[in-house]
Amino acid sequence: MRLLFLLLWRNNFTIFFLLLQVISIIMLVRSNRYQQATAFNATNRFVTQTTGAVNNAREFISLRDENARLAEENAKLRARLNESAYLRDTLTIRINDTIRHQQYEYMPARVVNNSVNRRNNYLTLNRGSIDGIRPEMGVISTNGVVGIVHRVSDNYCTVISLLNEKTSVSAMISRNRFFGSVRWDGKSPGRVTLYEIDKTVPVRKGDSVVTTAYSALFPSGIFMGKVDHIAIEPGSPFYKLGIRLATDFSNLSRVYIVKNLYKDEQRILEEKNEMKEDQP
Amino acid sequence: MIITVLRLLLQFIVLMGIQVVILNNVRLGAFINPFLYVLFLLSLPVNTPKLLLLPLAFFTGLIADMFQNTPGMHASACLLLVYCRPSWLSILAPREGYEPDMTPGLRSMGLGWYIAYAGGLIFMHHFLLFFLEIFRLSEIGSTLARIGLSSCVTLSLVTIAQFLSFNPKNN
Repeated sequence: MRLLFLLLWRNNFTIFFLLLQVISIIMLVRSNRYQQATAFNATNRFVTQTTGAVNNAREFISLRDENARLAEENAKLRARLNESAYLRDTLTIRINDTIRHQQYEYMPARVVNNSVNRRNNYLTLNRGSIDGIRPEMGVISTNGVVGIVHRVSDNYCTVISLLNEKTSVSAMISRNRFFGSVRWDGKSPGRVTLYEIDKTVPVRKGDSVVTTAYSALFPSGIFMGKVDHIAIEPGSPFYKLGIRLATDFSNLSRVYIVKNLYKDEQRILEEKNEMKEDQP
Repeated sequence: MIITVLRLLLQFIVLMGIQVVILNNVRLGAFINPFLYVLFLLSLPVNTPKLLLLPLAFFTGLIADMFQNTPGMHASACLLLVYCRPSWLSILAPREGYEPDMTPGLRSMGLGWYIAYAGGLIFMHHFLLFFLEIFRLSEIGSTLARIGLSSCVTLSLVTIAQFLSFNPKNN
């Protein structure tokens, strides 16, 4: 027994090292598996204040670009106002109010922290549970999909960026509505890959890729980017389509969090489906 | 002793500040993420107790992790760095040994020695860090490219920072 203690004491450096290493790895694995907030993550108050200050400075520098983008969006939205449309059939307008219930709500948010050059990128936004944000809400920018809400604190939330290996977004080719899933291969922040589109489907370079509503995260038809590379892998029944993203992740500053008001209803119904299938 | 502690604390705040405010926000391409803050661990005095090195590295790593939203990843890599540091110092020791309170630096030991010392430890740190980030072997090519390129950039930054840093012994 004394020999054991002596042995332990002689190697105290290694043992202490292994102990702390195990703690680190546990923290890392837990942070991947659970969405609960711990003190050591980016929703911590001190961290958000610091990164927020840095981002304020960056945002000030990019005000000109941001103004241009907002003006462009204003113009697009103005074009969709009722006043700017020629009313061919007044009946449709009247029916709209009674048969169309609002399914998606959009909450504007500011990016207070962002990265694009790591393999797994995250963003931090200045909206939290006080504003009704919950994990697994979609996040979009004026140009397309940004990511999915991950952790939420009172005033902030972190978002798993589209540029992250954990993200897989259901998307379709807008021309013929064949769908697959979009993932990022970790190379360039401007390009993602659309998988699981059958080789028999006609695809052309320049086809628009938009979201589907299957995951209940995003409304259908949010623009993501255009096909700019078509690869056929030998032995696979699917294409590997390179997509050039419309969103420039390296200067995001204003985004919208998408609240799907019917999400729970869809999810509960779908879960019932799976339970039935599991029974023998 | 007090002066050394204060100097190290100041160095820690400055390096972590540069890391968080500037380096985490600079885009140098998809494969380059320099981590200048490891200079703090590299330039702890030679006679720092071994058992003090580990908690210092652990908390340095955790603070870096907080800002990058990766709890445990930097902590783990920093622990490996300081675990290898004493053996690496004794492998590279000059014939007459080190002065006990010496800081391993460019001025005290010269450029060739410093690049071997810092290069080796930075590579180990980045190697573990980027593998923990990806956590699998399938994209090994791009992971190795990340490790190599980032290590080179970190080593250059660490070396340049030594030229710029304030050295009380020379005044």
